[in-house]
Amino acid sequence: MLQKIYDWIDDRVDITPIWRDIADHEVPEHVNPAHHFSAFVYCFGGLTFFVVVIQILSGMFLTMYYVPDIENAWRSVHYLQTEVAHGQIVRGMHHWGASVVVVMLLLHTLRVFFQGAYKKPRELNWMVGVLLFFVILGLGFTGYLLPWDNKAFFATQVGLEIAQQVPFIGEELKTLLAGDPNIVGAQTLTRFFAIHVFFLPAALFALLAVHFILIRRQGISGPL
Amino acid sequence: MKKGKGMKFVGDSRISVERKPNKSKDYSEYPGRTEAFWPNFLLKEWLVGAVFLVGFLCLTLAHPSPLEGVADPTDAAYIPLPDWYFLFLYELLKYEFASGDWVIMGILVLPGIAFGAMFLAPFLDNGPGRRPPQRPIAVGMMLLAMVSVIWLTYTSAAAVDWESRAEANKPVHPDEQVEIDTSHEGYAVYENSCLSCHGGNLEGGAAGPALTGIEYGADEIADIAVNGIGTMPPDQFSGTDEELDQLVDFILTVNEEAN
Repeated sequence: MLQKIYDWIDDRVDITPIWRDIADHEVPEHVNPAHHFSAFVYCFGGLTFFVVVIQILSGMFLTMYYVPDIENAWRSVHYLQTEVAHGQIVRGMHHWGASVVVVMLLLHTLRVFFQGAYKKPRELNWMVGVLLFFVILGLGFTGYLLPWDNKAFFATQVGLEIAQQVPFIGEELKTLLAGDPNIVGAQTLTRFFAIHVFFLPAALFALLAVHFILIRRQGISGPL
Repeated sequence: MKKGKGMKFVGDSRISVERKPNKSKDYSEYPGRTEAFWPNFLLKEWLVGAVFLVGFLCLTLAHPSPLEGVADPTDAAYIPLPDWYFLFLYELLKYEFASGDWVIMGILVLPGIAFGAMFLAPFLDNGPGRRPPQRPIAVGMMLLAMVSVIWLTYTSAAAVDWESRAEANKPVHPDEQVEIDTSHEGYAVYENSCLSCHGGNLEGGAAGPALTGIEYGADEIADIAVNGIGTMPPDQFSGTDEELDQLVDFILTVNEEAN
């Protein structure tokens, strides 16, 4: 039955080559922890992606309750944390996931760096990876304003003051992020929400797609 | 596998004339003990992921995610602190060469050099050798950067008293905050002597605990205001005995209303 459905779709859209490109490849011996235990360092990238998936899923559920305005943001997070069934776990996964993804990303970056895996022909993929690193840090920065508690508010204020001190474009940069040259308030919260939920994830997906396509194209780097 | 121009299609469609059998590629060109990604290796990755997920969920259950009180822009006593992964940048800005007139160093030049060099690493370290001993400069720079970041993060985190911070910033629901009767005759006294540490709503702050939900009697409150307690120094209250009575009455009234 399944085979028939597959054949029916394959007749029309020719998905077999796509499937081959995604999943049909050999895993070399030197990256397989079953053969060399030290190869577990090659898991860091995959685990980073795994945590990113956790972040996307838990974030999607958080937006079911979260309200991005200064009157209700804190209340909605507090409600989610104290009243909603398993809300504390979902928010906990998103909160701790933010830290875990940074840790895994650091480990993955260090693995690639110390193995010199970014050398020709993989320069582009390294640069895409560094951009991903910045996007993840940006997600962390915009994310912790959203609960609208004291930590969020004052840390964001410090961040915006730092942005303001950039020469020439400082004021504009701060206004772009905060929505107002002086006030950190309702506009700031909606802007950070939009950046955190729409702009940066869009950049994240695009860069991740390039990152993975390049890995499939170039294969994993050989043993040292 | 035929691709692009080599393919023949049915009519003007993109549907291939020939049906390709769904067979695996020949992997004889790969040396060593390779393993098919699908499904063998993916199953192992799945298991690693499951173990990882269990550990992650244990962390989540053991440590509920923190939430502080609702943002209060007028709270001048609050000491801002970013998440741990920004602490190193935050700490860098405390150094003399990276603050004040030199703040451009701290916010642009130093992080710009570090992250810019990381971004361009393949072109700065463009020799053929991949082993760390074959590229001592690149590896040395990265080790230096790692040590600096770890050191900055450590010094920043070590200076924070996390427990008292968490204690002072417990979330109070805005609907449950006590109503402060500012027309009470004791409020003026409170404002003069106590507010700077114990907050405008008696909610406490970095320097003093909350004054709501306390279990002291009138005499004890008067004694603490004059003589101090714990880390609170004596003589915080300076005024007449009448004012002291008004202050004690004010604090007790707020506590009665809160209960």
